[in-house]
Amino acid sequence: MSQAIVETNNLTKTYDGFTAVDGLNLRIEEGETFGFLGPNGAGKSTTILMLLGLTEPSSGTAQVCGYNPTREPLKVKRIVGYLPEKFGFHEDLTPRQNMRYTAELNKLPREEAERRISELLDKVGLSQVVDQEVAKLSRGMKQRLGIADIWMKEPKLVFLDEPTSGIDPEGIDDILNLIKSMAIKGITVVFCSHQLHQVQNICTRVGILAKGHLVAEGPIERLGRQAGGGRYRIEAEVDKVEPKLIESLKRVNGVMEVQSSGNLLFISCDKDLRGQLSRVIVESGSLLLEMKIEEYSLERIYKKYAREA
Amino acid sequence: MNAVFRKELADHLASRRFLILFVLILFAAVFATYIATQNIRSVVTPITEFIFLNIFTTSGQTQISFLFFLSLFIPIVGIALGFDAINSERSTGNLSRLLSQPIYRDSVINGKFLAGLAVLAIMIVSVIAIVAGLGLRIVGVPPSSEETLRLIVFTVVSLIYGAFWLALSVLFSLLFNRGATSMLASMALWVFFFFFMTMIASSIATARVVYDQDPARWYEIQGMIARISPRTLYEEATMGLLVPELGSLNLALLVSAIYGGRMVTPLAFSQSLLLVWPQIVSIIALAAICFAVSYVKFMRQEIRAV
Repeated sequence: MSQAIVETNNLTKTYDGFTAVDGLNLRIEEGETFGFLGPNGAGKSTTILMLLGLTEPSSGTAQVCGYNPTREPLKVKRIVGYLPEKFGFHEDLTPRQNMRYTAELNKLPREEAERRISELLDKVGLSQVVDQEVAKLSRGMKQRLGIADIWMKEPKLVFLDEPTSGIDPEGIDDILNLIKSMAIKGITVVFCSHQLHQVQNICTRVGILAKGHLVAEGPIERLGRQAGGGRYRIEAEVDKVEPKLIESLKRVNGVMEVQSSGNLLFISCDKDLRGQLSRVIVESGSLLLEMKIEEYSLERIYKKYAREA
Repeated sequence: MNAVFRKELADHLASRRFLILFVLILFAAVFATYIATQNIRSVVTPITEFIFLNIFTTSGQTQISFLFFLSLFIPIVGIALGFDAINSERSTGNLSRLLSQPIYRDSVINGKFLAGLAVLAIMIVSVIAIVAGLGLRIVGVPPSSEETLRLIVFTVVSLIYGAFWLALSVLFSLLFNRGATSMLASMALWVFFFFFMTMIASSIATARVVYDQDPARWYEIQGMIARISPRTLYEEATMGLLVPELGSLNLALLVSAIYGGRMVTPLAFSQSLLLVWPQIVSIIALAAICFAVSYVKFMRQEIRAV
């Protein structure tokens, strides 16, 4: 098991009577891209604010990069980047001026700052607009500027809260590619999003938060298997369904249940039996038109857990 | 904190807001100086010791002196520099990004307040310097060393008065989420202190004693209530500093001295300072309280998820 970069222990936050985060035990490993999911108001942002030391937990503890964010917020904020969901830049300044301010706040030496600013603005594809006012940039551009802005301190860990909301498909690809290249550089990324296919695309592991509890956590495939109760569901389309066919399918070792509907057969089994099943179907004299295994997509996993909580 | 301070200062100095205010104040100051120099001959008598200071306090028939202008405009400048200090950062989403940088939280509010104060200082010092220069040119009497000293203390008091209004508007920018609301709240307080406080003080005094029977007692009550207003405090403090002949801030004594035709000997600088010391301390205290409340409020404010 690799090193944990974030570890919380019964982290709880109560806002005047309402428990936003309830006994959260979260572990994020160094170098992974972690998808942090959950419905609105599930406590994701509150958790991030606590991990940055911007909000004090009501009880429980957190460790970020080996520091306690409540006690040593400055040390945490020096190596952790945070891109809030609703963030803004100084609209009347240019991207370069905005980033210079961030560099000053991070106490970067001037020359080093200028070098990083040019490099990053180039990397996020804003080198054409460096000297335009931020007010004139599109939403996608601002979002990319936000990524450049948190990248400048060369963080070990970044929290991205909904970085792709309200952006056109092309812009989304740009942002996802940037996130991937951050991950390649060894930066641990915590990606909060409702766009589950994007999460599935870039994240190695996910955690699903609902009502302040972590209801599921792990690699996407494993969660899928758990969500399906360890079963595989195979769907087959044949030219005709005969009772004899169903009987012979049921006799295959590992098949637990066979249901039919029109020309479709739904077969539940404890492992991937597509090979044997197709042979049985063909040998019974029917024609096999199509066969597919139902994968548990992240969306189904998410809906299942979010509903259960 | 340095970075926040430099950034805010640069923002202020480059803003249109600053330009408009500066032109306004400059215009008022030059206008007041002009009036003063036109009327200065009528107030200066052969035995007047402090001719130069008269430039700042002399008003024409319209009753507008440079001092009056300052007491009117310093609050406006203070409010304009502070009313959206925090809430604009919050509404544009800059605040959470700013606070996630490795800086102490108080350096945000300290940097903002100090930048506002620096701008106020630039404005007040340059306006007073311009007026003094103009006056020197027109009147042709150079200030004595005591007059210079009085002017310097007067500048400092003006700055503290501005700091009070700045701290007050920063406080409102924390209490109200919308810039328009916090500006209106600050302006409302300004109008109240500037126009209504003296009226209220007079009505209460009249309700307590009949003016004709006991004017001294009337002025005592009136002054006591009017001194709740920072405007009164500022005016008394600056009058005491710029009018050395003012032996007392008690208006009753002053009135009888003028009507009685008594010749008043000017006070020494240290005596004048002693006279207005309570006023100065009160303004400092008001500014400090406002800033302390905003400081504590800002430090304790939860950064909540939106």
